[in-house]
Amino acid sequence: MLISRESISWVIGGPQGSGVDSASHIFLKSIAMSGLNVFGKREYHSNIKGEHSYFSVRFSNQIVRSHVDDIDILATFDAETIIRHSPFLVKGGTLIYDPDVFTKRIEEIHTLDRSSISRLSQILDKNKKEFSFRGLFEELKERNIMLIELPYFQLIKEFSEQIQDTSLSKLARITNVMSLAASWAVLKFNTAIMKHGIEDTFVNKPKISEINVKAALFTYDYVKRNFKDLTDRYFNLLDTKSENSKHFIIAQGNQTSPLGKIVAGCRFQTYYPITPATDDSEYLESNQILEQSDEKNGSVVVIQSEDEISAVTMAIGAALTGVRACTTTSGPGFSLMSEALGWAGINEVPLLVSLYQRAGPSTGLPTRQEQGDLLFSINTGHGEFPRIVYASGDIEESFYDTIRVFNYAEIFQTPVIHLLDKYLSNSIITCAPFNYKGLRIERGRLLKTSASKKNDNDIRFKRFKMGMGPVSDRAPLGMEGTIFWNTGDEHDEFGHITEDPTTRILMMEKRMSKLEYILAKIPKDEQIAIEYENNSGSEPKKLVIIISWGSTKGAILDSLERLSDERQDVQFIFIQIKLLNPFPGKLLQEIIDNKIGLIKSNYKKFSDKEVTSIVVEMNYLSQLDILIKQNTTINSDYRILKYNGRPISYPEIYQSLKEILNNNSKERVVLNNGV
Amino acid sequence: MEYKIADYKTEVHNDWCAGCGDFGILNSIQMALYDLQILPHEAVIFSGIGCSGKTPHFINTFGIHTLHGRVLPFAQGAKLANPKLKIIAVGGDGDGLGIGSGHFVNAGRRNIDITYIIYNNGVYGLTKGQASPTLKLGMKTKSLPQPNVNESINPIALACISGFTFIARGYSYDVRYLKEIIKKGIMHSGLSFIDILQPCPTYNDINTKEWYQSFTIDENNPKVRIPKIYKLEDEGYNGLVTNNDEASAKIMAAIDKANEWEDRIPVGIFYENNTVPTFEDRLQTRINNYPDYPPAVQNIMDDEGNPNTNIDRLIDELKAVKKG
Repeated sequence: MLISRESISWVIGGPQGSGVDSASHIFLKSIAMSGLNVFGKREYHSNIKGEHSYFSVRFSNQIVRSHVDDIDILATFDAETIIRHSPFLVKGGTLIYDPDVFTKRIEEIHTLDRSSISRLSQILDKNKKEFSFRGLFEELKERNIMLIELPYFQLIKEFSEQIQDTSLSKLARITNVMSLAASWAVLKFNTAIMKHGIEDTFVNKPKISEINVKAALFTYDYVKRNFKDLTDRYFNLLDTKSENSKHFIIAQGNQTSPLGKIVAGCRFQTYYPITPATDDSEYLESNQILEQSDEKNGSVVVIQSEDEISAVTMAIGAALTGVRACTTTSGPGFSLMSEALGWAGINEVPLLVSLYQRAGPSTGLPTRQEQGDLLFSINTGHGEFPRIVYASGDIEESFYDTIRVFNYAEIFQTPVIHLLDKYLSNSIITCAPFNYKGLRIERGRLLKTSASKKNDNDIRFKRFKMGMGPVSDRAPLGMEGTIFWNTGDEHDEFGHITEDPTTRILMMEKRMSKLEYILAKIPKDEQIAIEYENNSGSEPKKLVIIISWGSTKGAILDSLERLSDERQDVQFIFIQIKLLNPFPGKLLQEIIDNKIGLIKSNYKKFSDKEVTSIVVEMNYLSQLDILIKQNTTINSDYRILKYNGRPISYPEIYQSLKEILNNNSKERVVLNNGV
Repeated sequence: MEYKIADYKTEVHNDWCAGCGDFGILNSIQMALYDLQILPHEAVIFSGIGCSGKTPHFINTFGIHTLHGRVLPFAQGAKLANPKLKIIAVGGDGDGLGIGSGHFVNAGRRNIDITYIIYNNGVYGLTKGQASPTLKLGMKTKSLPQPNVNESINPIALACISGFTFIARGYSYDVRYLKEIIKKGIMHSGLSFIDILQPCPTYNDINTKEWYQSFTIDENNPKVRIPKIYKLEDEGYNGLVTNNDEASAKIMAAIDKANEWEDRIPVGIFYENNTVPTFEDRLQTRINNYPDYPPAVQNIMDDEGNPNTNIDRLIDELKAVKKG
């Protein structure tokens, strides 16, 4: 049987702390080394050891930008993973499992959740199977699932005799590599690349590397010998790969933004530990010594503070010295930063906050995906002050966006919130190496030297000088001739406290006029990206406008590629809003009006009735839709939403769009896939 | 060019109450900066919220009036980004020991080279006299509807167990002595804490100027008047740690002294330890050129406006297929 899709989806699962993560990295790396494109996604509980976690890797000779729900190969070494994930195996898929599971009772697995139990019992009921592993495997056989039984314990014993090392407890750690090797055997994967992938992972631990390689070859051989009917079903896809992609990098979302920070010149970052934001700071601290093109070494100071209030205020203090400073957090931490954000606003401090969203409110789902902080980040803090809210749509662009947002902070002298999320942070892609050398660093009105050295009152430095437009000259603390004051109170041009009503008006207008100024200055294609637009050439029956923001981008693009092939009678445009505050309402309206106008001028019969607009995002309220309604006359016809803590998969979007096109959809579509 | 004391003053109208203890502290800070000839543009005064929060506006150095309770993290962030700055952080007792107490304790763990001054008057002045964390249990100042129901914090003792490496107390009406304490605090390499007893003439009608400057009569000799406030060094106390082995004993002695109150209140240096590495020293063990090339002075772009950081090595680490 041939696989039904253009990509292969592999999932490995197990209790947290059992090596799922390292196994998945070895697998992903080997696949990437072979020249294929990869999209990896990590899901885990807020727990150290014992709860279920899993990693899915989707790979293809085409670009893959998102995950799918179906599974081609499921690698397991415990019972729970089979129950949670085997329902998603495609017909003819493969399950790698330990026969030990037949000694287990499903009721005894305490870490199983309600959704998984009811999903399985529905399947078993429907197929008239008993609620047990026996019943489950009977159902799998009926679905034509290839069952690769790996008696791990016995294999480890045999292996230990073969290598003459009897420390079985130590060897138990190779279980995960065995499940990997079995997966590679099923794929008929090149063993040289497999070996290379393992060696590359344990590059500093040659002994561990050697044992793992041996165990992998041992298991690979075992599967090959014992399962003679392994087909070549995956071979075609594995064999046709692009030479180009061999130069690709393996980019993790929690590394690309900090890498962007290094290039942007961020030299000071603070954080308080929080999932999923901390990895960003850890990457920076691990690489804190920097090479400069002038041979000097630069460095990033990374500070773990006592709380998020301290994190943000330390970053502000640092920013006042002229350094590009950032604090990195997630929802609960960002809530604590509210008051300080307003201080940065009134004092016109270029502060960057990297906000890795996760599901809220409160602690919410600490390790799960949501885009619930859009309206919050636009409104954080009391009173009125300008701030930029900017969202990245995928891992690759999060690198380039990070350089942009630092420029914005300094050009407009105001806080910037860079929205990222758990899905971006914990996903991995292959992409072209970053081309960074020609990027621009713009520091706005930051003074390099002061005009005056004298301490004369007539030529005193005015940090908040009026009559220069919304942005005044900014001097770093310590620069001679530029003594200034800051205060959280309203202030005069020097930065001294004032309650004078006239000055208040002038200062409010100076600051708030930045909103218009930002919209006028930031290039349009940095505000809104048209990510997809097709032109069928013949008269379209329909125009579908998809508007979204943030990490839903990949799933939407993957869906549109497929859907536009299938529905040549429809024109699609996918508009990704990147600048969310100030909201580019006029520009959005213009893009949509122009698109409709263009079709109308080409096809006189095309009417507005054939325009369908859809908003896609991962929250309950459809927060982007609220912004669109506030800022334009656009009324969305459909809203595709999700808030179960699991990211939107590409088949979910594809299916929802298809139902909308078939006039078979509710206006509010709530997605619920994901384990 | 020699700076005059006037160069450390601004023309901003001072709106503290007449007779406020804050004036003595303000003068002492200005005089300390002048005596040490720290140039105005080399110094930054950070402050919290409250009457004391206005201090930077009256001093002609960089002045950063921050948020309630957050003066220490603001100041520490600036110092770490540019260790060449001379940084003094000031705030009230409510600001530093109530809303900001977490920062107080954690600043001690770092020992960053700044000087932190608390204006300690036992009340929240600017919000009209509520009890602050240093007001003793059972005290009823005139603006309190009921006597204070909380125990008080001992700022000196808290600084001792938090890791501050210079801990002193002054009295705001003894400006000459206070100035010398502040100078020592500024010159100390590491985190200095100076607790300044300061009457609030408007809201604290218990710990008044008269109260602080009062005497008790010696039981054995009615002719001898014993002043409430005395200087530690006058009675042979020495809080200086010369070798780290004696640190623990000196901390205990300092806490013991810090517990003296009512009839006898010591001022002066309770504890001083120059053997503890500063946070800046610790950073330097990781970042070799940190003192000369700290974050604030780093060049991040070339003359064409392109990044001057080279991340080729980091990108190579991410490559699926490594070179060679």
